[in-house]
Amino acid sequence: MSTVIGLKCRECGADYPKVAAHVCETCFGPLEVVYDYKAVVRSMTREAIESRPRNLWRYRELLPIEGEPTVGLHSGFTPLVRADRLARALGVRELWVKDDSVNHPTFSYKDRVVSVSISKAVEFGFDTVSCASTGNLANSVSAHAARAGLACYVFIPHDLEKGKVIGSAIYGPRVVAIQGNYDDVNRLCSEIADKYSWAFVNVNIRPYYTEGAKTYGFEIAEQLGWHLPKHVVIPTAGGTILPKVAKAFKELREIGLVSDPMPAIYSAQAAGCAPVIHALHRGADLIIPVKPATIAKSIAIGNPADGYYVLKAVRETGGWGEAATDAEIVDAIRLLARTEGIFTEPAGGTTVAVTKKLVEQGRIPRNESIVVCVTGNGYKTLEAVDGAVEQPFTIGSRLADFDALFARLGDVPTPRAAIQ
Amino acid sequence: MAKIRIPTPLRKFTGGAEEVAAEGSTVSQIVADMESRYPGIKERLCEPDGRVRRFVNIYVNGDDIRFLQNLDTTVGSNDELSIVPAIAGGL
Repeated sequence: MSTVIGLKCRECGADYPKVAAHVCETCFGPLEVVYDYKAVVRSMTREAIESRPRNLWRYRELLPIEGEPTVGLHSGFTPLVRADRLARALGVRELWVKDDSVNHPTFSYKDRVVSVSISKAVEFGFDTVSCASTGNLANSVSAHAARAGLACYVFIPHDLEKGKVIGSAIYGPRVVAIQGNYDDVNRLCSEIADKYSWAFVNVNIRPYYTEGAKTYGFEIAEQLGWHLPKHVVIPTAGGTILPKVAKAFKELREIGLVSDPMPAIYSAQAAGCAPVIHALHRGADLIIPVKPATIAKSIAIGNPADGYYVLKAVRETGGWGEAATDAEIVDAIRLLARTEGIFTEPAGGTTVAVTKKLVEQGRIPRNESIVVCVTGNGYKTLEAVDGAVEQPFTIGSRLADFDALFARLGDVPTPRAAIQ
Repeated sequence: MAKIRIPTPLRKFTGGAEEVAAEGSTVSQIVADMESRYPGIKERLCEPDGRVRRFVNIYVNGDDIRFLQNLDTTVGSNDELSIVPAIAGGL
């Protein structure tokens, strides 16, 4: 029941069959999956989707596998949280947080792209899966590989947060730390992928992998009752998720599942690694790579392969973008935690900080619906906020010890009469 | 002569060779020499106006030439060049 026709080069339009390849042989442009939308429309109705299990495979007509999925049966369908307290803090009327910090099984948006790419790798018959990663992807590939019974090698920069390193190693892959930044890891993996016959989810399986990111957008629409928000703010690293969320909204409009206009889409980067935002602000198409220097390591990619498509989607939808400093990122992590009870990693802090900035600049109007994309979990990156939270008060175990502390803190006692 | 690592999509030009040698003291001279040895390869790497294509990365001893002097980056006879298609990731 495949709805996939084949692959097509996004640059020159050359057609390719459904193979494990990611680069056009003619122009080096990225390959993308092409669907038969007439076939999609026939079975992908709102009713059909709503009757399916609450995971990302409920959108399977627009996902590029042939048979049944082998992994990711509990991934996706993460909460879309109405964030009224954060909305008040930012001075806006309607704010939602799409919360992939609780994605299954490894607490980031990457469980989406990996569910699809490893299911595809199994279809292709690979026995080993691999990836170049800033941490979250390695966590997800390691976990899904374990579940699928595949051998696994993950490649990461040497200076990642401990939670991200152990969060891969626990699943039993080979973890290879490269002396260099993510862009060095990426280059090496491209060469390894050429030599070893492995399924590198974000190299030779990339056309299939990136399709998984669309499910983030499909869910936003379904969870808003088959409506699109007016504004969506998305973090940018290599540039996969933002254009794919835009594609998801376009596809839903194309097959008639939503009829709202396209949202304006905004890109968020850390100021210490903002090559896409620089190009956006310059009005340029050419993205000049940078050497990353930010606590937001999961989005510290100085040479974003799909950055051009981020610019295109932002410009086509009438959006914009901003960068947040490390201090603003930490403040925003705390703000989200303290208003909504959601603990995100620095990438999510970046998105919240940039949303605040865009509202203050008047780029995002205060009276229209906004979705903020939180793509990762703060429990993996404790180092980032270690110095920014109150330290515990250590006291003895007698009531008098606490009374003394309470008096010292000067907090206001709750009157007994206030409690029912 | 400098050594150049050739990615899979370009190996049909090099008779399947994963690594080739070429002469030149800058990246642009190396590309020109490669074109004379393996006709057609330059068009895959560069736009008609001569700039490196958007989705092509060229490295000299592991450093991206966009951080150096682009096509004018100097190349020694013992240096290693890599040609790598852009790939995505992160988060």
